[in-house]
Amino acid sequence: MIGFDNVNKWYGRYQALVEITETIARGEVVVVCGPSGSGKSTLIRTINRLEPIDSGRIVVDGENIHRRGLDIDAFRSRIGFVFQQFALFPHLTALQNCTLAPVHHRRATAAQARERALALLDRVGLRDKADALPSALSGGQQQRVAIARALALQPSILLFDEPTSALDPEMVGEVLQVIKGLARDGMTMVVVTHEMGFAREVADRILFMDAGRILERATPADFFNRPQHPRAQQFLADLRSPFTS
Amino acid sequence: MPAFELSLLLSGPYHALLLAGLQVSLALLAVSFAVALPLALLVALAGQAPLAPLRGLAVVFVESQRSVPLLAHLLFWYFGAPELLPPDARQWLYEGDVEFLAAVIALSLYYGAYMAEDIRSGLRAVPVEQLQAARSLGLGFLPAMRHVVLPQAVRITVPPLLSQTLNLWKDTSIATVIGTAELMHQAAKVETESFRSLEAFAFATVCYLAVSLAIAAAAAGCQRRLAPGWRP
Amino acid sequence: MSFAEVVDTYWLYFLVGQYPQGPLGGLALTIVLASLGLLLALPAGLALGLARLSPWAALRWPVTGLIHLVRAVPLLLVIFWVYFFLPSITGVKTSQFSTMLMALVVYDAVYLAEIVRAGVQGLPRVQVEGARSLGLSWLAAMRLVLLPQALRNMLPSLVSQFVATIKATSLGYIIGLSELAFVTTQVNTQVFIYPTQLYLILGLSYFVLCFSLTRVAFWLERRLAPVSGQHPKLPARQPA
Ligand SMILES: Nc1ncnc2c1ncn2[C@@H]1O[C@H](COP(=O)(O)OP(=O)(O)OP(=O)(O)O)[C@@H](O)[C@H]1O
Ligand SMILES: [Mg+2]
Repeated sequence: MIGFDNVNKWYGRYQALVEITETIARGEVVVVCGPSGSGKSTLIRTINRLEPIDSGRIVVDGENIHRRGLDIDAFRSRIGFVFQQFALFPHLTALQNCTLAPVHHRRATAAQARERALALLDRVGLRDKADALPSALSGGQQQRVAIARALALQPSILLFDEPTSALDPEMVGEVLQVIKGLARDGMTMVVVTHEMGFAREVADRILFMDAGRILERATPADFFNRPQHPRAQQFLADLRSPFTS
Repeated sequence: MPAFELSLLLSGPYHALLLAGLQVSLALLAVSFAVALPLALLVALAGQAPLAPLRGLAVVFVESQRSVPLLAHLLFWYFGAPELLPPDARQWLYEGDVEFLAAVIALSLYYGAYMAEDIRSGLRAVPVEQLQAARSLGLGFLPAMRHVVLPQAVRITVPPLLSQTLNLWKDTSIATVIGTAELMHQAAKVETESFRSLEAFAFATVCYLAVSLAIAAAAAGCQRRLAPGWRP
Repeated sequence: MSFAEVVDTYWLYFLVGQYPQGPLGGLALTIVLASLGLLLALPAGLALGLARLSPWAALRWPVTGLIHLVRAVPLLLVIFWVYFFLPSITGVKTSQFSTMLMALVVYDAVYLAEIVRAGVQGLPRVQVEGARSLGLSWLAAMRLVLLPQALRNMLPSLVSQFVATIKATSLGYIIGLSELAFVTTQVNTQVFIYPTQLYLILGLSYFVLCFSLTRVAFWLERRLAPVSGQHPKLPARQPA
């Protein structure tokens, strides 16, 4: 479904991704974790080409997505991306945020899009906020609208970049709940997160990154109980005793 | 249209006229800048003063300058203001270079007001927490200002001041309206005397561009030197 | 003639020039010219601003060059170029009004382009990424997501640019266009004995007009707290 083949990326002289080779299967839920600055955001953003790469290949649904001449807009409309800072459009209501892209891509008439968007808002528990502007919503509510907006295009893959990091602690649960529901429904997802409880519960696989490399790939059980790489062991030890880090 | 005659610009009477104009323009720029900047500092400080009347005066000055076109200021200083002087003083004035003087007064006051605003917003752009943080590290008020607040304020203020200087340079051209013999005036003069409008205005354009680019380059250089990788 | 008589004789001339017997002039001409100039410059400014932001270098570089070029020379020079050279291309003499209008449109378009650019760039980066990640093309993202937010944030700057344009119309004086400053000077040459008073009135008229508009801009800025990002800083003060 998603294949990385020896991908390298530089920011100037700093190499942010080093020889990344990895395959993510349809229906898989993959959690990416690692210390700050390790390249998690960079990695996930290359999957819908928000970041260009310098060498290697990324294949999504059989399509080489960094190929020149690819219709990137059509491609992106089949992949959902959820940002740490929500990125809701502040001049549009929750509902309009969800209908903008489907109508623009002519996937649906305005009425159909509205119908679907309302159903999705209902699914994330916000049907009654359909006509609210983002500024009138809490962080957790905004992030749930952002997820509904991504779902409105009926994507085959959902990408999350630290979806709960900008939230107050009491709102983290409501957003994770929605993501868990999607996982149960068999959505292919790549989630960058520091929520290790969530990773343990939902992930099929965990990728551990440091300094631009994927150092460990493991099931949650293996990763949390028997981490192999010293850096991963260190990372988990720091998580358990936050005062030593 | 006759062909472009470069030789006209390189030597001869028209060359001399244009060059003299350029010199007057540069003099206008230098003198007005030298007056405007200290004036701007004074006005900006008066705007922060604990005395309300002083603050009010600063506001009235800035707003009255900025809300009236430079051209109207020039007309006032050239035609209007001398009438307020006693006859002897007026006589003395008219024997001197009154066109240049009126232009300098108008430009200095006008740009003094604009630069005062730039300085004021530069001072305000440094968050109060910066001063508080410095104080809580045990720095006294003056050391805190000197080492923490002012360096930041200067970095914020210099780029807009330089772009204001560029505007000052361009606006020296408006002094032509009162007959100051600056570049634009001389170009128009060459135009009427020789009907060589293309050559005359090409010369003026190149001069204005060259000095503008020099100022813009200085601004870019300053930005790099003052603030490598620094963002407000 | 007392000053009161001067006012009594010339106030209408000051306001509208020779209108309706002759062409419109005075304060009315100043306002008409500034409004028309800014209005006509709006679409051009929007197009130039977008071109300057666009990802296509072949479009971005020439436009950036043009903007830098126009901003590096005095408006008066632009006026002279239009005044002396347009007729030699078109073969007909351009009226002072059209000359001034064209110069103002060129100048305003360039400044508006910078306002548009600053307005869009002042928005959080994630807004672009959010729009693009939904598969919106660059143009669609601009049209549907970024410009609606930016235009709202730009409103105070637009009012400030109108003030700048009003002030810029005074340069019409130099090519003999009978706008407010020119009309005042004409009155002064006829009356002769009240130059100080007349030019103070000229200044006061501009002041009332421009200062109240500046207050409107200030009020707008407070009233329309930006939906996101910041109000763009005017990229330069008003051309005089
Ligand atoms: N636009 C950029 N220009 C230069 N360097 C960058 C840029 N974006 C990221 N980097 C660098 O690349 C490295 C990886 O960044 P990235 O954002 O992918 O890390 P991350 O793992 O997502 O970290 P965090 O957990 O803090 O979000 C970092 O060292 C960062 O400083
Ligand atoms: Mg990140």
